[in-house]
Amino acid sequence: MRFTKDHEWVALDGDVATVGITAYAADQLGDVVFVEVPEAGKSVAKGDGLAVVESVKAASDVYAPVSGVVIEGNAALSDAPETVNDLPESGGWFAKLKVSDPAEYEALMDRAAYEAFLQTL
Amino acid sequence: MSDENLKVTPLRDAHLAAGARMVAFAGYSMPVQYRDGVLKEHLWTRQHAGLFDVSHMGQARLRGVSPLSAFEEVTPGDFIGLKPGKQRYSVLLNRQGGIVDDLMAGRPDGEGLFVVVNGACKDNDFRVINDELAGQVRIERLEDRALLALQGPEAAPVLAPHAPGAAALAFMDTATMTAFGVEVVVSRSGYTGEDGYEISIPAREAPRVWATLLEDGRVRPIGLGARDSLRLEAGLPLYGHDVDETVSPIEADLAFAVSKKRRAARDFPGAARIVKELEAGPARLRVGLKVLEGAPAREGAQIADRAGAVVGAGTSGGFSPSLGHPIAMGFVPPALAAVGTVLSVIVRGKAQAAEVVAMPFVPHRYVRKLKG
Repeated sequence: MRFTKDHEWVALDGDVATVGITAYAADQLGDVVFVEVPEAGKSVAKGDGLAVVESVKAASDVYAPVSGVVIEGNAALSDAPETVNDLPESGGWFAKLKVSDPAEYEALMDRAAYEAFLQTL
Repeated sequence: MSDENLKVTPLRDAHLAAGARMVAFAGYSMPVQYRDGVLKEHLWTRQHAGLFDVSHMGQARLRGVSPLSAFEEVTPGDFIGLKPGKQRYSVLLNRQGGIVDDLMAGRPDGEGLFVVVNGACKDNDFRVINDELAGQVRIERLEDRALLALQGPEAAPVLAPHAPGAAALAFMDTATMTAFGVEVVVSRSGYTGEDGYEISIPAREAPRVWATLLEDGRVRPIGLGARDSLRLEAGLPLYGHDVDETVSPIEADLAFAVSKKRRAARDFPGAARIVKELEAGPARLRVGLKVLEGAPAREGAQIADRAGAVVGAGTSGGFSPSLGHPIAMGFVPPALAAVGTVLSVIVRGKAQAAEVVAMPFVPHRYVRKLKG
């Protein structure tokens, strides 16, 4: 798993990246009440808006940590957005992407680096 | 605004010890939530008792020969008719009939008019009152007092042993009394739609009173996040969002704040506009919207009619923890303001169906008449 400074995580299986937000981010957002996930077929470049997550307090953008084409958005989140709080780094995933440049993945932080980054906040 | 420029309330240390997440609000560092989070804090207040630090709000005494009569020059309320022990909701008006702030003003004792205004507006409010009523009233700002709100169905049994006089107050009654061993000003009112009290106490006593109330298992600390979702469900406007200097009390659906006597006399700022709106209808009206599908529609979301034409904008909105779906407030033309009208809210470019519903979204549970 790799991580961004915007608190997204990416897991790569072959050329399929699964993207979500970290436990830290889910805790900072508070209770998630709505998630807008992308539709299959949407092309995103690294840094583009990928999903929107809404807590009771506010709406937050989730940016694509790598470039690619959306294979699937997590439809289960429409009925159970709280999964993002309960299982942020597994069942609360937002989208799966077919990645166009695996080097983008390798350039992200590993868990140790991300945890060191959290210590600086 | 950097942290060092923010003011703090006497309860800052207590908030941090309770795991509060602090944010800048109205120039103060304030708790937006504690460890429970907004959703749980909201529901706890509806079921038990929530304790809020609202010490950022502006408290003052207006003193003078006839402060009640003077206050009528800046508000449309019947303050001459305000009886001792009563409090009234009102609005401070500019000369165009726009709302400078909304406020509570009461007579808890013989010491003039006790006024509580919004924290973000307080300096301007007291400047406006001072300018308009110069020579008539003297404003004594109570910077050395904290303000706590205890809200929820268990607020009354929680407060009773500490403030024996509080049980004798009905909704919108106010009194100066001894509670927690000190002199406090208590009103049975709040900003959640629940029964409850607002308690003005000397700042130095605030940490002790706060801790004493939290020793009761029925009480939890509640942050500004839940305060906002609670007031939204209660249909209560938030100044600077739902209401501002361009909005009249009629447009804001606050016509109850314009007293019959004052309406007949037309003797308040902006009376020409406000009476005209009462007679002919305003150009826009604040309504409640139940969002029937999709994401919460927040402040600034466009409101469209069924043909897709933009007819207004949302002024606040979010997910309703009590109802389990998004709700919003916004302004629409009166022709589209009837309950049951189906409109749409535009969120990130998508039209989502929304229906005009009566406010409050969640029924008020004020104790208007005391038992026995």
